[in-house]
Amino acid sequence: MNKCYLGVDIGSISTKGVIIDSYNNILSSNYIWTMASPIDAVRKLISTLTIPEGYILSGIGTTGSARKLIGLMLGANVVKNEIICHAYGTLNYYPDVKTIIEIGGQDSKIILLNNGVITDYAMNTLCAAGTGAFLSSQSKRIGVDINDFGVLALKSKNPVKIAARCTVFAESDLIHKAQLGYKKEDIVAGLCKSVVLNYLNNVGKGKKLREPIVFQGGVSKNVGVVKYFNEVLNTNVIVDNNSHLMGAIGAAILSSKTPSDKEFDLNIDNISFETKGYECKGCSNNCEVVRVIKDGKLIDSFGNRCEKGSLMK
Amino acid sequence: MERVIAFPLMGNYHVPAKFLFSKISNSRILDSPTITSKTIELGSKNSPDTLCTPFKYTLGTYIECLEMGANTLIQMGGGCRYGYYYELQEKILTDLGYKFEYFNLVSMGHTDLKKIYRILKTINPKLNVIKSLYYLGITIKMVKYMDKLEDYIRQNAGYSKSNLEAEYNKMLLSFSKVKTFIGLKYNYIKYKIRIKSIKINKPKDNIKIGVIGELYTLMEPFANNNIESILESFNVEVKRFTNVTYLLFEKGRKSKRYLKKLKNIKYKMGADAMDNIYYTKYLIDNKYDGIIHIKSSFCTPEIGSMGIINKMCEENNMPVLFLSMDANTSSVGFETRLEAFYDMIEMRKRHE
Repeated sequence: MNKCYLGVDIGSISTKGVIIDSYNNILSSNYIWTMASPIDAVRKLISTLTIPEGYILSGIGTTGSARKLIGLMLGANVVKNEIICHAYGTLNYYPDVKTIIEIGGQDSKIILLNNGVITDYAMNTLCAAGTGAFLSSQSKRIGVDINDFGVLALKSKNPVKIAARCTVFAESDLIHKAQLGYKKEDIVAGLCKSVVLNYLNNVGKGKKLREPIVFQGGVSKNVGVVKYFNEVLNTNVIVDNNSHLMGAIGAAILSSKTPSDKEFDLNIDNISFETKGYECKGCSNNCEVVRVIKDGKLIDSFGNRCEKGSLMK
Repeated sequence: MERVIAFPLMGNYHVPAKFLFSKISNSRILDSPTITSKTIELGSKNSPDTLCTPFKYTLGTYIECLEMGANTLIQMGGGCRYGYYYELQEKILTDLGYKFEYFNLVSMGHTDLKKIYRILKTINPKLNVIKSLYYLGITIKMVKYMDKLEDYIRQNAGYSKSNLEAEYNKMLLSFSKVKTFIGLKYNYIKYKIRIKSIKINKPKDNIKIGVIGELYTLMEPFANNNIESILESFNVEVKRFTNVTYLLFEKGRKSKRYLKKLKNIKYKMGADAMDNIYYTKYLIDNKYDGIIHIKSSFCTPEIGSMGIINKMCEENNMPVLFLSMDANTSSVGFETRLEAFYDMIEMRKRHE
C-alpha cells in the first residue's frame, strides 16, 4: 500500500483540497467556494476528492482561517497557519524561491526566504484593501464577471489612476472615473494596478523583494494583476499552474512529515458535526464561545478568555 | 461624605497600589473592576478617536469606578502623551457629569515629595508622615519582589507542566494582607521557594524571545491579548525589560548609561523609545532568537523607534515582529501572526 496525504486550506472565500503521495505528486485536487459555511464546503470538497486504488490515507493537514474547526472535524494531525503552509508548498516546486507574494480572498501576505528558510514575513493589517474580496465586489459593481476581469484588463492601453491606499477611497475614485466616461477596460485595468500598488505599499513596505518571486493565492489567476506586478517590479513573477492550491499542498506536505498513529478516514458523510455559538455571561467580556459537537458529543470549545467560559472540564 | 479612592489597572500593580492607599489614606479603596471589553468600549466611546489605547483603558476604568461610587481618582503622567492624560480625562469626566476629585501624583514624568505630601494631606488631613514613609517603603519593596519573581516566571513558565502563575497569585493575595517588612519578606521567601521548587524542563537550545515596546500595552495582559501566555504555550522563554521597578526607580539612572552605549542615537526620544532601541541591541548581542515590538496604535515615541529597530534587526539578521494594538483587535489574526513568527524562528533554528 502506498501512502497518501490530504491537505485542506479553508479560506474566507474559497476552500481548497489536495491529495498527494509520498513524493508530493498531486493525485487529486479541487477548489470550491466556501460560501461562509466552512463545514458544508469541506463536506462537499471531500466528496469530490478521490483516493486512487492502492493508496491509504496516512495524514491530514489543515490551514486557512477555519483550520482549527476543520482540523477537529477531520481529525487532522497537523493544524498550521497559512504562512508556513504556503512556504512549504512553494518550496516543493521552487526550492530557490526568495519571495512569495500571496493575495487571497481576505488577506494578503509576503514571505521572504533564504536558502529554503523563512527569514521574514508580513501580513496585511485588518483591511480588505487590495485583496480578492475587493476585486470581486468591484467586479459586481462594474458588471464584469470576475473570471473575465484579468483578460479585459489586458486590453487596456491607458489604465485610469485609482487611489490605492484604502478601499473606500478607491471605490469613490472608481465611481467618479466611471461617471467621467472612461472605458470599462481602463477602469478594470486601473483596479488591477491599484491592487498591486496597495500590496507593495501596505504589505511589502520596507522589504526587499528579491528574485525569484512567486505569486500565488486566488488573485494570481488574474492575468491583469500579474501583468502589473511584472510592470511595477520590472521582473517576471512566477505563477504556478497550482498557485491557488499552494497552501493546501503545504498542509499536506507538513502532515506527511509529521508521523502519526491515528487512523484517517474520509468517510464523514454519516457523521453529524455542528457548531453552536453561545455568549458566556460570566463577566462583561461576553466572550462568544463556540461549541463543537461531533455525533452529539461535545468535543471541543474555544473563544473563551478565561476559565469561567471553559466548557471542557 | 466618605472618600472612596480608585485608580486604573495595569498588570498586577493594583495590589501594591491598593496596599499603600489603604494604609495611609484613611478612606475606602475601591477594587477597580477587571478590564473587560466593556471597559475599553466605554473608554473608546468617550475619547478622541486617535488617542492611544492606554488613555481609553484608564478612562474606561475610571467611568466604571465612578459608577460604582468612587469619588477620588488617582493618576500619574509620563513623558509622552501620557503627560496630558490627567488634564484631558478630568475634562472628559467632568463633561460627562461626574462629581469627583482628581489627583495627579506625577506630571510630565517629574514629581517631588512636597507635591505628593500636599496631595496626600488633602486626601487625609490626619496624615502621619512617619507612618506613611514606612508603608511607602514596604510598597516599594513589594513592587521589587513582584518584578523579580515575574521575571523568573516569564523565563520558565513555558517549560513547566504545573502552573507557576497560580502560586504567584497566591503570593499576591498574601502580599495584600501584610503589615510589616518582616511579614512581606516572609511571604516573599515562602512563595519564592514554592515557585522555584516546581520542576522546570528547559532544553539547552530553547527559543528565547524578547518583548519590547510601549509600557502600558506591554504590562497589561488584556491590552496585549495575553501575548506572554501565548508565547509560553509555544514553550518559549520570554524576556521583558519594562516593569514598574525599572520605570520608577531605575530609569533615571540607567537610561543615561544606555544612551552612551548607542552609537547612532544622540538624544532621548520621549517615553521609552530610546530604551527600546537599547534593548534591541541587548537582545541582538545576547543572541536572542527574536524580538516582538508591541505598542498601542498612534504611540508617537515608539513609531519613532520602529524604523531604527527595524534597521538594526535587518543588519544583524534578527527576526522582528511589530504589533500595533487598538481597542478592538480580534485575537484570531493576532494568534496567526504570533504562531507564524514562532514557526519561522523554529525553522531558522533547525537549519543553523
